[in-house]
Amino acid sequence: MSDIDTLEQQILSDIAAAADEAALEAVRIAALGRNGTITALLKTLGTITPAERRVQGPLINGLKDKVTAALAARRDALKNSGLDARLNTEMVDVTLPVREAPTELGRIHPISQVIDELTAIFADMGFAVAEGPDIETDDLNFTKLNIPEGHPAREMHDTFFFNPKADGSRLLLRTHTSPVQIRTMLAQKPPIRVIIPGRTYRVDSDQTHTPMFHQVEGLVIDKSSNLGHLKWILEEFLKAFFEVEQVKMRFRPSFFPFTEPSLEVDIQCRREKGEVRFGEGNDWLEILGCGMVHPNVLRNCGLDPEEYQGFAWGMGIDRIAMLKYGMPDLRAFFEADVRWLSHYGFRPLDLPTLAGGLS
Amino acid sequence: MKFTLSWLKEHLDTDASVAAIADKLTMIGLEVESLADKGTLLAPFTIARVISAEQHPNADRLRVCMVDTGSGDPVQVVCGAPNAKSGMIGVFVPTGAYIPGKDITLGVGKIRGVESHGMLVSEFELQLSEDHEGIIELPADAPIGENYAKWAGLDDPVIEIKLTPNRPDCTAVSGVARDLAAADMGKFIDKMVKPVPGTDPCPRTVTLDFGATPSLCRGFALRLVRGVKNGPSPDWLQKRLTAIGLRPINALVDITNFITYDRGRPLHVFDAAKVRGNLVVRRAKPGEQLLALDGKTYALDDTMCVIADDAGPESLAGIMGGEASGCDENTTDVLIESALWEPLNIARTGRKLGINSDARYRFERGVDPAFLVPGLELATKMVLDLCGGTPSEITIAGNPQVPELVIDFPLTELKRVGGLDVPFPEVRGVLNRLGFMVAGQDKTVKIATPSWRPDVHGKADIVEEVMRIVGVDRVPATPFDRGPNPRKPILTPLQVRTRKAKRALAARGMVEAVTWSFISKMQAELFGGGKGELALANPIASDLSDMRPSLLPGLIGGAQKNADRGFPDVALFEVGQIFRGDRPEDQCIAASGVRRALAKASGIGRHWQGNGEVDAFDVKGDVLALLAAAGAPSQALQVVPGAPAWFHPGRSGTIQIGPQNVIGYFGEVHPRVLEVLDAEGPLMAFEAILEKIPEPKAKPTRAKPALELSPLQPVSRDFAFMLDRAVKAADLVRAAQSADRALITGVTVFDVYEGRGIEPGKKSLAISVTIQPREKTMTDAEIDALGAKIVAEVTKRTGGILRA
Repeated sequence: MSDIDTLEQQILSDIAAAADEAALEAVRIAALGRNGTITALLKTLGTITPAERRVQGPLINGLKDKVTAALAARRDALKNSGLDARLNTEMVDVTLPVREAPTELGRIHPISQVIDELTAIFADMGFAVAEGPDIETDDLNFTKLNIPEGHPAREMHDTFFFNPKADGSRLLLRTHTSPVQIRTMLAQKPPIRVIIPGRTYRVDSDQTHTPMFHQVEGLVIDKSSNLGHLKWILEEFLKAFFEVEQVKMRFRPSFFPFTEPSLEVDIQCRREKGEVRFGEGNDWLEILGCGMVHPNVLRNCGLDPEEYQGFAWGMGIDRIAMLKYGMPDLRAFFEADVRWLSHYGFRPLDLPTLAGGLS
Repeated sequence: MKFTLSWLKEHLDTDASVAAIADKLTMIGLEVESLADKGTLLAPFTIARVISAEQHPNADRLRVCMVDTGSGDPVQVVCGAPNAKSGMIGVFVPTGAYIPGKDITLGVGKIRGVESHGMLVSEFELQLSEDHEGIIELPADAPIGENYAKWAGLDDPVIEIKLTPNRPDCTAVSGVARDLAAADMGKFIDKMVKPVPGTDPCPRTVTLDFGATPSLCRGFALRLVRGVKNGPSPDWLQKRLTAIGLRPINALVDITNFITYDRGRPLHVFDAAKVRGNLVVRRAKPGEQLLALDGKTYALDDTMCVIADDAGPESLAGIMGGEASGCDENTTDVLIESALWEPLNIARTGRKLGINSDARYRFERGVDPAFLVPGLELATKMVLDLCGGTPSEITIAGNPQVPELVIDFPLTELKRVGGLDVPFPEVRGVLNRLGFMVAGQDKTVKIATPSWRPDVHGKADIVEEVMRIVGVDRVPATPFDRGPNPRKPILTPLQVRTRKAKRALAARGMVEAVTWSFISKMQAELFGGGKGELALANPIASDLSDMRPSLLPGLIGGAQKNADRGFPDVALFEVGQIFRGDRPEDQCIAASGVRRALAKASGIGRHWQGNGEVDAFDVKGDVLALLAAAGAPSQALQVVPGAPAWFHPGRSGTIQIGPQNVIGYFGEVHPRVLEVLDAEGPLMAFEAILEKIPEPKAKPTRAKPALELSPLQPVSRDFAFMLDRAVKAADLVRAAQSADRALITGVTVFDVYEGRGIEPGKKSLAISVTIQPREKTMTDAEIDALGAKIVAEVTKRTGGILRA
């Protein structure tokens, strides 16, 4: 065995024996450092004959390469085992609970959600959203809607009044969203296509009535829209809103002072264990009122009923929300009970769209 | 409006079933509210005799009865009624039958070991009354085995319709019959009234005396019938009235009630012996009173119309008669009144006095003016038939005009408005059967309206008449084209803000509430409201009396209620209307929220990663997030200390774009306010007014500005300053920023410290400044120079000293 072989074995066994990076560095310096054993051998190459160099050169350089490679391999091994050892001491209890995402905790009230649903459906049919003030005049809430002073229909609206002004007039809380129909017709030339969601008020409070509630109305005014169109729109709306294939509707003649003819609409349903299913069953459920805008109302808004015509409909937002989502009690809508809101409310990212589904 | 099937059939010749009639009524606009068909419901209940009633062997209170049902062997029934005894006649139902009062189907059962094959029933079990003390006892001559309902006259179905206020004609059974006949449910029986001749002029006169004021009486017809014998009315009449829930009084009164329902013609009868002198129809005088037939005394005023004699008011016109001149069994001479009143005045008077009577119900809707005299003739005839007597002639005051209305009706109107195709002969048939006269058959026909239809004014009403009778199903659903308009956003900027504010707040873990628009006066005043113009004149409750000036009282109340229920850590918000005054422009949309106890923005409730109570910065984060989502220019928003009085003076802030445009507030709710509201803290709140957010500038395209990416790396440098405690962090940041607006792209506060090592009254604030070189990499010397400039600016503007 030559010296070189001996040296190689010595160095390789030192490398294998190095327990950490510091020991390994000491081996490297002993072999390849300025005064290292291999460095010393390399230096001898300059002093020997070319013939000897041809023999010794590859041997010494081979030794250097081997040792360098062994050092690198050992360094990697030491590094990995060091990392593994560190990682073995680094541990978290992943079963500890994290905070729930705020987007999972927050809720949108069912009324807001249903208004967004209505908006999505009617926007698709070309309707805009109109709004008006809650505090109204007698003229806009009643008189212009063809409900003159003393009309028995006024008694059907238990109205909240404010105190009379010096001139004897008194303001009131709108009993329906219909004054916004008047405001819209006074402000804008036909064609008009709007839906009008909003808060409404009546002096009424029991199991099924609250002094404040929400309505949505629709209004179409142009030169050709008739009852047939109204029927189609309502059918399309009800199918879209209740997310069913079919709804069977029943139109019953009725009376509203601001429409003529006037109709009430029932939808066929099946009631079972507090749940209402549409498109099946034998019960009829009253859902909305509608009709052709009364010629007097058109005249009151400066529109000639011989030229313009149209229709309107209205329904309770709270009511259709209850029917669709199964809340049993209207009063709970306004009690700010987080248990109710968390259960019946909607997540903030559940934005109703026709493309992605309303609910 | 209530009537029975047999009553209806007095005016309608029909074979239709009661179910078919009820369906048709609903479909022609006379919505059936209830149909009580006792005949069908009580079909299994028969008359039976108790042969024997023995003591039950195992129960003191029960008896074992053998019952003769009229067919087959006697049936054994266990009965608990105290009045069950042998020989009595009662009402029996076999097993398997439905018991309406109990909502059960009767099964065969052993009661305390003895079999029972049926039941002897009480009125309660038949839903005839609340009486369940004992079983029904019938007279000895009641026929065993017969159907009980039929024998008792209960088998006449009672129909109640929910009459809309436009249909006075259907306050009469005859009117309902006419509508049904028009809709092919049978033939209308037109009961013409024949005049009854009088023997002499009516000895009492009637004067309408309204002076210079508008008349409240259109016409008044009166006649005297002498020598009547008043007493209980005959059985058929009593049954008619009791079947619809009216109490029979005496023949004369029952006749008026009958004609009220039968013909929609209210009448009044005075006992002539109790009327002093002649009758005057006039306005009541202030201070006058009337003891009415309902036993109550009403204070009258000059907006009300009365019928008076020499002694004063005897009757409240068109609403209710007076007790003093009423008819009783001693009445021998009767004055019968048939009059026509002003509907508006009747409605107003009735509302004012709180009287709902059958007469008011009809007069305020509009009674047929053409039936004024026929109504009186019909009443006279019935009085003569039932009570005898001799009639005087009729005297009439006023001029009861029957208005005539002829409508020019283009037949195309059915299609134009209703979308209906109905052939003309069918249109004419429908209208004729409803009592309209139709002349011509050209494109436009003339239609005369009947006197009993004051609700029909014009073409649209004719369309409705035809449509409701031929059926709304004849109107085909027609697709509604969305039109040529381009698809574009349909929401207004405010509507978009409202929606975004809600979603942004919910996305921060808050829960949306909807609270009352009205709050108590005390709450309104506490939050800057309470103006007289926003107080309701007739609130439903004293704590719901004033329109809210802020959403916070409702939310604070809601948060406290949740805490009271055991959920103390709540984060609630609402986006809704608030009221600064009673004009439309005084109403705005506020977005407000409260966070209570441990409902922090970082998470709600206790948690191993950190516990803490809500603070002003939780709600500052909320309000800034909602404003950003709603489109507020975040660069322009300033936060300044302090907020309205309902906030903690030192832990609250105002968000504004300059002092002229305050957008909102946030902070801790003032402890005194919480105390007044009976709420516990800690409670943080914010409120922003969405209208105050400036509208963004309209842009011609949706393209975003070009993105400039610097190839040079930004550098950051930290500085810590010692400042007076009162110095605002925002001022420090602004001072640092001002050192070089081009190069300094960000200043962040990363540490705030007070306490040990810091002199009292001072604080340490540390900032990190980001410097973005613009044209070339900056040398260390340049960066150091900029750092020195930052320190100099901070010192100059805030007095801050760089900490070593």
